[in-house]
Amino acid sequence: MNIIDRRLNPKGKSLANRQRFLRRVKDQVRRAVREASGQRSIKDIDAGGDITIKPGGVAEPSLRRASQGGIRDHVVPGNKEFVTGDRIKRPEGGGGGRGRQASQDGDGEDEFRFMLSREEFLDLFLEDLELPDLIKRKLASTESYAWTRAGYSVTGSPANLNLVRTTRNSLARRIALKRPKPGELQDLIREIEALENSGKDPERLEDLRGQLELLRRRSMAIPYIDPMDVRYNRFQQVPKPVARAVMFCLMDVSGSMTEHMKDLAKRFFMLLYLFLGKHYKNVEVVFIRHTHVAQEVDEDTFFHSTETGGTVVSTALEEMVKVVKDRYPPDEWNIYAAQASDGDNTPGDNSRTAALLTEGILPLCQYYAYVEVGADPDTQSGTYAMGSRDTDLWRLYSRLRDEGAPLAMKQVRHRRDIYPVLRELFAKDAQAQGATP
Amino acid sequence: MNHVVNPGLPLFEGAEWDYDKLWKAYDAIERVGLKEMGLDVYTNQIEVITSEQMLDAYASTGMPIFYKHWSFGKHFAQEEVMYRKGFRSLAYEIVINSNPCISYIMEENTMTMQALVMAHAAFGHNHFFKNNYLFRQWTDADGILDYLDFAKGYIAQCEERYGLSRVERVLDAAHALMSHGVFTAPRRRSLDLRMEQKRERERQAHHEAMYNDLWRTLPAKPASPAAASADRERRRALLGLPQENILYFLEKSAPRLEGWQCEILRIVRNVAQYFYPQRQTKVMNEGCATYVHYKIMSRLHETGKLTDGSWMEFLHSHTSVIMQPEFDDPRFGGFNPYALGFAMMQDLERISMEPTEEDRIWFPDIAGSRDPMNVLRDAWANYRDESFILQCLSPALIRKFKIFRVHDDASRPELQVASIHDERGYRDVRRHLARQYDVAELHPDIQVVDVDMSGDRKLMLEYRARDGILLEESDTRAVLQHLADLWGYEVVLEEIDKETGGRLKKHVVGPRSIIGV
Repeated sequence: MNIIDRRLNPKGKSLANRQRFLRRVKDQVRRAVREASGQRSIKDIDAGGDITIKPGGVAEPSLRRASQGGIRDHVVPGNKEFVTGDRIKRPEGGGGGRGRQASQDGDGEDEFRFMLSREEFLDLFLEDLELPDLIKRKLASTESYAWTRAGYSVTGSPANLNLVRTTRNSLARRIALKRPKPGELQDLIREIEALENSGKDPERLEDLRGQLELLRRRSMAIPYIDPMDVRYNRFQQVPKPVARAVMFCLMDVSGSMTEHMKDLAKRFFMLLYLFLGKHYKNVEVVFIRHTHVAQEVDEDTFFHSTETGGTVVSTALEEMVKVVKDRYPPDEWNIYAAQASDGDNTPGDNSRTAALLTEGILPLCQYYAYVEVGADPDTQSGTYAMGSRDTDLWRLYSRLRDEGAPLAMKQVRHRRDIYPVLRELFAKDAQAQGATP
Repeated sequence: MNHVVNPGLPLFEGAEWDYDKLWKAYDAIERVGLKEMGLDVYTNQIEVITSEQMLDAYASTGMPIFYKHWSFGKHFAQEEVMYRKGFRSLAYEIVINSNPCISYIMEENTMTMQALVMAHAAFGHNHFFKNNYLFRQWTDADGILDYLDFAKGYIAQCEERYGLSRVERVLDAAHALMSHGVFTAPRRRSLDLRMEQKRERERQAHHEAMYNDLWRTLPAKPASPAAASADRERRRALLGLPQENILYFLEKSAPRLEGWQCEILRIVRNVAQYFYPQRQTKVMNEGCATYVHYKIMSRLHETGKLTDGSWMEFLHSHTSVIMQPEFDDPRFGGFNPYALGFAMMQDLERISMEPTEEDRIWFPDIAGSRDPMNVLRDAWANYRDESFILQCLSPALIRKFKIFRVHDDASRPELQVASIHDERGYRDVRRHLARQYDVAELHPDIQVVDVDMSGDRKLMLEYRARDGILLEESDTRAVLQHLADLWGYEVVLEEIDKETGGRLKKHVVGPRSIIGV
């Protein structure tokens, strides 16, 4: 008998099966994931969780007999009042207990539920998105070296010992120098013992002893592993290019923004933030919110605290310019910006905003995305649709874009639009498409 | 390894287990199992795993090595949700019919549970695997793990060479036909060359001995319609038709499959064949294991090696395992193989030790033999569920379970109670219960009957419907689609009434995306 502890064996043995399964239901899961994201609260938008899909694509059909029809016999336990010949009304859904059993693995239309981990959720959620125009402006200096394998060397640390090479060399050397094998020695010793015990043939015994002595000396002289056999894995450092990027998130939190609009804006940034964090280890994010004044805040304040006041867009742009000047020199950094607003601006501020954008910000930026949030058309059916009259900012930005500024613009009115808008803005191939509304 | 155990002192106390306790308990269990009960087992290998690994094992049909396929991922996902939400607890153990016999035990189990599991799996199931005729006949316990290792490697290689999706297509199709990838009767061993030559010589000698020149003078038969049917017969003989093993037929005769695709079909059908005995011996296998663990644990308790606390804990899980809900209970899902199996084993013991008059009439050869272990070992070796129930279910047990038979004719508005647990009904109830466990009964009888090799290569199958029960429509179409894709040409399945020979239904499916070349 043998007791083996397998608890430390690698986990996730069925990971490969799971990946195959997810690949198979990818379209369905993707849809479910994206629907789920519209319903979740901001805080757990990125948690994994239950996913429900139709079993269609993952049915496993087999040849089996129908659960209905024909002549059947059910033999079951627990008779209480029946005697032979009694007639029973046919129960719903088949007869006796077998009917219920059969319907369990029948072709039921039940939905199929399973859990996704956070990584799987985000992978599906954010696949095919990337930052446009990421140019390697400057290789970051120190820490971006990677070790790669570079053949073998005769020196190194014991941890890098290459067993296969070493034993191969040792084996070749031992064969070449005719080092006696342990088996040969054993045979010889056994033969000598036999001869000693029997006492016959002293000449041969003497001869064998001589041979044994010779072999022993030879195996002493030729080591099993010689220092010259030893090989180590060699590694060398290769500089790894790292593009540095910073994303500015600008949000209007003024009084004119309703809770609904703030929620939309926050959701948009939340997704953007998730997307950046998932795909770019080296992307820094700066959060700037503004009313009639602007301030740089941390992530938590940005998403979770409330503020009211007037609306002066240019303050946020000024703040951004200031931050860029202080910390992110444009020749070293790829700069991106996303702005969310309800489109309101103090009328006198428009020209200043335009000037700041065209002269100060757009030349610095790789990409500038503007998302305009509006009232929910489902709940506020009375108000005019947003498209009927463009807001100040929308008209301003449209004009700038038509003049050739690298601006992408989108309107969002409902939670369910946010995800498609994010996709359009950052879809892998679609820069041209991203620049048109 | 031997540990000295003081007689009369408990093997362990408390819930915690460690390796020393496991060893001690194993030795004590082994002594009871081998010496007192006369069990005969493969060498045991007990592996401790975590609950997550148990879920893994579930997903790949309990085997430690298995090839990759999405359906196992699906099962894992399903089990995981059930387990995480607390709808279902995990099995305490999984045991594999291999040599050495591998039993998995979970680290979460208490020491009592570990002892129970060792008695149940490492001795009960193990003895059954090693001795039951079906397992001896059908499965190769020495080779299964090596074979699965080969299968896993082979399929991984195919995935690398031909791409995930092409391999997946073949596996999907093969899995759909898996239930019809087994030989239900033992096959003749393939002959080696020397045997072949010997038979050839014998045939020649026979011909020479039978030669008579007169035969030459007989007039030749005129060409007739009979020739056509002879042609058909010859073709069928060449292809080995009719053939119940559809996967085997495809592997040997599908015109468009490539070599590696045939090999995958072969792997799937070998796996199906390996599990075939298990499907036929659920009641016996679990009954044997449950009886053995009960016997061993009570012996340990009697000799003071098990504390009263452990005994109570054992009884708690034992009784919940052998619970049989009645037919009108919402938990009812057919007979519980543990309950029925255990009850029958205990009943055989009772008949052998303290038979009633009734038992002496029904079981004259074992009633009062006073050697229950011999009777049981014999039963475990020589029966499967169907034959075991048909021959060993006693009237006493039928009364105990209050078993009755309901006749369900879909053409009538009402069901009829055909027989109950009384003098007139015992044999009828027993015969029909046995039929419920007969694979030939449960398994739809589908055979490849003909193929038009010189014409449009249409593949003909027949389903012989018994009692007017047709095939499940949508599933059948899906499976036939897979079959047509494998075959590469049109496939026709006719459902034929077994008694009258009347044609009930016809499915015709053409290939949609051919798997072969």
